Amino acid sequence: MTHTAPVHPLLEDGRALILVPAYNEEQAIGPLIDEVYSLFGKIPILIIDDGSHDSTAAIAKGRGARVMRLPHHLGLGGALQAGYRLAFELGFEFVVRIDGDGQHDPAFVTAMLDAVSRPGVQMAIGSRFLHTGGGYTSVSRGLGIRLFRTFLRPILGKPVLDPTSGYVAVNREALEVFSRSFPLEYPEIEALVVLRRRAFQFVEVPVSIRPRLAGRSTITALKSVYYIVHVMLGVLVNILIFDRRRWR
Amino acid sequence: MDRLLFITTLIAIALILTVLISLRRAHIRAEYSVSWLAAAVILLVLAQAPGLLGRFASWVGIEDLPTALLFLVTGVFLAVFYRFSIIISHLRDANIALAQRVAILEFRLENVEDGRL
Ligand SMILES: Nc1nc2c(ncn2[C@@H]2O[C@H](COP(=O)(O)OP(=O)(O)O)[C@@H](O)[C@H]2O)c(=O)[nH]1
Ligand SMILES: [Mg+2]
Repeated sequence: MTHTAPVHPLLEDGRALILVPAYNEEQAIGPLIDEVYSLFGKIPILIIDDGSHDSTAAIAKGRGARVMRLPHHLGLGGALQAGYRLAFELGFEFVVRIDGDGQHDPAFVTAMLDAVSRPGVQMAIGSRFLHTGGGYTSVSRGLGIRLFRTFLRPILGKPVLDPTSGYVAVNREALEVFSRSFPLEYPEIEALVVLRRRAFQFVEVPVSIRPRLAGRSTITALKSVYYIVHVMLGVLVNILIFDRRRWR
Repeated sequence: MDRLLFITTLIAIALILTVLISLRRAHIRAEYSVSWLAAAVILLVLAQAPGLLGRFASWVGIEDLPTALLFLVTGVFLAVFYRFSIIISHLRDANIALAQRVAILEFRLENVEDGRL
């Protein structure tokens, strides 16, 4: 199971950052950081601790990662935006987001950076459905994804296979947009719509999604309906009036 | 009906008193007390002027005065709650921006030696 990923030049010169949102991930965060360092060496990795009640931040610091702690819980979108803001202010040119639960194999960071550093591409989405054997997902998530694909197709003007993926890479143009406006809850799909409305291009990159190392997904079957309604509403609002206050 | 109007009057007065006391104790900010005071005054006026209520009732097409009063009270309080939802949304936006800024500043203070990551 050991990967031998060649270190991407963008990671080596510190132009790219790996951004990891984490909320109560004390079991998974340590192994994930170790895995990143063993793959790529000591590259920039920033953990955003969203007011975890466990020792996520302490463990991440102990493994040598940089940790930004929010003063209180903001939710995934608010936490990610804080990370994008910091990355933008620190001058990073590329940011790859991977989840703190270990579901995203960091070996694919290289392919994600390759994709997003191509001219005319502002965002890369790690897609579990392009990767043979990497399509781990729950039944309810699978249904939701199919629904979103159909819904998003006309809005995005092209198909997207894995719109809920949190494995996302952006270049500096998209980073600037995200640092200014980013959806607060369940941000992935809305963020995609935001970028497309600015005529930004995205590509999908095959990645393998693994089962969680520990803990449970925050998207339970019960929350799925709320999730779907919430996201569709967000997308519609975005189409009607984009860049309004709600986005901050 | 008289009894209902009397109770409505009492409720309106109680609401006004509660808001004024809260204001005095600085439990509520003046700008957020206005919605409640306005709602209470509307109730008070209608309860004291049944003719007005009757006109309102026939205007919306409700024959029964108590039902019309209930209808109106619901409307008035919906407006108040909606206003508060807007205020809360603004507060939440400001709070998120502030929390993000605090986190960023704290991070940069802690990592001031290298400046970069
Ligand atoms: N900052 C922050 N991160 C969160 C929150 N909820 C989940 N996450 C992180 O977001 C990532 C994805 O969450 P997860 O529950 O695994 O969602 P799923 O993989 O899409 O089922 C993980 O790294 C979580 O730690 C939250 O409220 N705030
Ligand atoms: Mg996950």
